[in-house]
Amino acid sequence: MLYIKCPYCGMRSQNEFAYGGDASIKRPELNKDVSDKEWDDFVYNRKSPRGKHVELWHHVSGCRQWFKAQRDTATHEIFKTAMMNEEI
Amino acid sequence: MQKYSVFSLIKNAFSDHMNWEVAWKDPTPKKEYDVIIIGGGGHGLATAYYLAKEHNITNVAIIEKGWIGGGNVGRNTTIIRSNFMYDANGRFNEFGMELWRNLSQELNFNVMFSPRGIINLAHSDAQMNAYARRGNSMRLNGIDAVLLGREEVKKHIPMADFSDDVRFPIYGGLMQPSAGTARHDAVAWGYARQADSMGVDIIQHCEVEGFNITNGKISGVRTSKGEIKAKKVGLCVAGSTNILAEKLNMTLPIETHCLQACVSEPVKPLLDGVVTFGAGHFYISQSDKGEMVMGGDLDGYNSYAQRGNLPTIQHVLTGGLALFPFLSRLKMLRTWGGIMDMSMDGSPIIDKTHIDGLYLNCGWCYGGFKSTPVSGWTFAHTIAQDRPHDLNSELSLNRFSTGYLLDEKGIGTKTWIG
Repeated sequence: MLYIKCPYCGMRSQNEFAYGGDASIKRPELNKDVSDKEWDDFVYNRKSPRGKHVELWHHVSGCRQWFKAQRDTATHEIFKTAMMNEEI
Repeated sequence: MQKYSVFSLIKNAFSDHMNWEVAWKDPTPKKEYDVIIIGGGGHGLATAYYLAKEHNITNVAIIEKGWIGGGNVGRNTTIIRSNFMYDANGRFNEFGMELWRNLSQELNFNVMFSPRGIINLAHSDAQMNAYARRGNSMRLNGIDAVLLGREEVKKHIPMADFSDDVRFPIYGGLMQPSAGTARHDAVAWGYARQADSMGVDIIQHCEVEGFNITNGKISGVRTSKGEIKAKKVGLCVAGSTNILAEKLNMTLPIETHCLQACVSEPVKPLLDGVVTFGAGHFYISQSDKGEMVMGGDLDGYNSYAQRGNLPTIQHVLTGGLALFPFLSRLKMLRTWGGIMDMSMDGSPIIDKTHIDGLYLNCGWCYGGFKSTPVSGWTFAHTIAQDRPHDLNSELSLNRFSTGYLLDEKGIGTKTWIG
């Protein structure tokens, strides 16, 4: 069982959260030519590192806010959580 | 190589079974090989075997960080099936079914392939329609499929909850009678033994640390046991694909996730085939030892931990209890986890890469075991001929950028849900 610190509600159990995947993925900018490669990287290609991973979580059974977490994908240690407009 | 038979068993009984040959050797790596396969799991071992058998390439090494068969080939729930809707997946896996049927004889190793059937249960009219469609697609590809009504399902699994007041009543199901199970470790050991006897070097406890690439062409790998040259290198590392891709400066349409499975205490024969619950993610079969073998959802977040979390086990078994209430009286014997190379459309990738002489076999999600023979067969062809076989031509790496996806379940790129 993970315990995740929601930046709005504090420490809660994993059951209250839904996962949202890699938080480092950025949509290509609007109103600009986008190459197939850029779309491919945005939609499909993922680094999926072993170790520190910045990812999205949704406090779906709580405040319903999305936020970012930095977690180790091998040990599941959560180092930091932050609001969406904050940097990790 | 010593042939296994009832006669060799009797003969060795006289010497208290102390004189059996080793099944595979433990060689020190040579300086150079024609082909290096990274990953000594089912797929890697099968690839080496078919390289030697079908393509007469025997100067081959398998490099394995741990021990052979210690990853997903030893952690799966042993289900073998080809009940796919899309032509590419159906034809590929049906060819695999043919290989399975003859595998024990071919490898001279009892892989205990047991075609006892799989039933995917439906719990609504819409689901019955979807299964009718899938069954028709399967039959067009020559795969056996039978649409069962509620009463027919009841004949197969009378112990399921057929009462009227359940949340998800059983409407029927889609059955593939020729699907089944096999002894997973035996598959790895059988391939290893035959590959070894044809000259393949199986090098265990040897970690790949990097790749030597000159002018866009692979020339070898750097390992914990030194540099090894090779003209061709094949990656067969399932959940570790992203780790090696990083060393190659590649990003792939793959994420790594943990999937758990569990077995109950053994009970008397109760469940004949494999059954999947259609209203949640849960599947079950009974092993020859009598244990109920069960699994379901991924843990739900990127993971390289070969162990899982309890909330997921609880969630999966809640679905199991809804289907088979008798499970509540069984004790859990073991749970374990394996790390899955979840591809972005749920289908595998067997292809060349942009690096000359480097080949990729990955993206098996949680369905790699059933494809072990056909994966090895087609990957060996792809490596030996430097082009994909017709069977794996659509399992290409560029299908994501070109839009020719094989999204069997139609759930898109959320790998952790799949």
